[in-house]
Amino acid sequence: MTDTAQAQTQVPLVDYLELGDNPRLVANECTNCGARYFDRRNACASCFGTDFTRAVVDDEGEVRAFTIVSMAAPGVQVPFVAAVVDCGGTSVRGNIINTEPDPDHVKLGMKVRMATYSLGVDDNGTEAIGFGYEPA
Amino acid sequence: MSASDDIWILGIHMTKFGKHFDLDVVDLGAEAAMGALADAGVTMADMGILAAGNLMGNGTFGQQLQKQVGQTGIPVYNVANACATGATALRTAIMSVKAGESEMGLAVGVEKLAGAGLLGGGGKAKSDKKVFEPSGRYGSVMNTDGRIGTQTMPGVFAQIGMEYGHTYGGADFELFARISEKNHSHSTLNPLAAYNKAMSLDQIMNDVMIAYPNTRPMCSANCDGAAAAVVVSGSKLKTLSLNQQRRAVKVSASILTSDPYQEACQVLPDVNTLTRRAATQAYEASGVSPQDLDLVELHDCFATAELVHYDNLGLCEQGGAVDFFESGAPWRDGSKPVNVSGGLQSKGHPISATGIANIWEVCQHLRGEGGDRQIEGAKVGLAHVIGLASACGVHVLEKAAA
Repeated sequence: MTDTAQAQTQVPLVDYLELGDNPRLVANECTNCGARYFDRRNACASCFGTDFTRAVVDDEGEVRAFTIVSMAAPGVQVPFVAAVVDCGGTSVRGNIINTEPDPDHVKLGMKVRMATYSLGVDDNGTEAIGFGYEPA
Repeated sequence: MSASDDIWILGIHMTKFGKHFDLDVVDLGAEAAMGALADAGVTMADMGILAAGNLMGNGTFGQQLQKQVGQTGIPVYNVANACATGATALRTAIMSVKAGESEMGLAVGVEKLAGAGLLGGGGKAKSDKKVFEPSGRYGSVMNTDGRIGTQTMPGVFAQIGMEYGHTYGGADFELFARISEKNHSHSTLNPLAAYNKAMSLDQIMNDVMIAYPNTRPMCSANCDGAAAAVVVSGSKLKTLSLNQQRRAVKVSASILTSDPYQEACQVLPDVNTLTRRAATQAYEASGVSPQDLDLVELHDCFATAELVHYDNLGLCEQGGAVDFFESGAPWRDGSKPVNVSGGLQSKGHPISATGIANIWEVCQHLRGEGGDRQIEGAKVGLAHVIGLASACGVHVLEKAAA
């Protein structure tokens, strides 16, 4: 992210992406059963526990399912690879990036690691940072 | 009448699926309702409950429909349960009859979706000034669809099929396309299908790619349509004519489930567990086994979805869906015909109508009224729908003994 020196500040695309020297995903983890959520819950969907702690998600994983989206809503760039990545037992939804979006380059079971990229700068000079998974 | 009395479909109707430019949802719903009442040989005066679904509407479709076909003051339930709305409406009417609150009920589902395009995904229009402000449940600064995976239906269900392939192997682009080839072929015998032209494997694979491996003909066809059913208690049926009794179809199981917690369902909807549970409950309630089924109408909203439901409904052993398809079983001349109507990919998918239209299809065969596409000697059938988020309806239907 050194190529964005002109940006005053950065914001993550979503609040469960923590930026910094080692960007990472952080989930809300049920202290009773360990179930993880990327948004807030009043009670755990699995065990109904009400106590949660912040848990860092592994940044490496394996592609468990993917699709190559060629038609999407206006404003969404296509084609892109949407995937479910198994990050050490935590399923994460994200795009497969930094590789060609075709079935020759993206495979089920492929090892990937998380990477971040710029999503542009707003009128205040704030840069938005997204995440995806690239071949490991 | 006892609360454990059996339930029968007395009359059922579906409209032609496709484009109905000159009819609004009330017209279409009324056509289905009047058709079901006529098929049952009864009138609105006999109905003790109306359950109605129209997902794109304003939430009072049931009352609008009454004004079109007969206002009798009976309770109306406007139901919404995604693509399982029709099945949920039917089950609402069934529950009223089972509870002893009414002897007969009417369930109607209707949708106008022709030209609706891609469902799911998208986002809000941007304001003039571009400022990244976190908002919503995930504190997102811009639309996440396309940036954090996909929320479009073809993409979600593509991943569901690919996940099955990852777990069990053998599922590739061509296999999914061949499933679609089957359903388009089946639809050539269904005059009410939105599309009834056969498509070759080449045509399917080389059509517009929507979300790999789903090309356009492998996606459910958005269209207009309605379906309605009249249900009756077993004790009331005994008081009706012999012809009504002969044509009545027994509802041996009416099951609705939602998705129980699974680790991955937080990021990719799990359409498997709730279908497996619904199927298990339906087989237990009816005493019917998958081996007994003469035909199955299952929720092939995408070719990738049909594959996983062979397995979820127990039509094959676990992990055996690819082999099941390769055996030819789900073709109409196979051992376990699946989607002889053409399925959602070719018959079409007017969301709220689907969960009753698939039951209409099964009833046609059980009554021996299936015309050119009749599955000879059909006695037992199963209808399945999935509404994403998720809801699953499974109905087991049996031919009248008489």
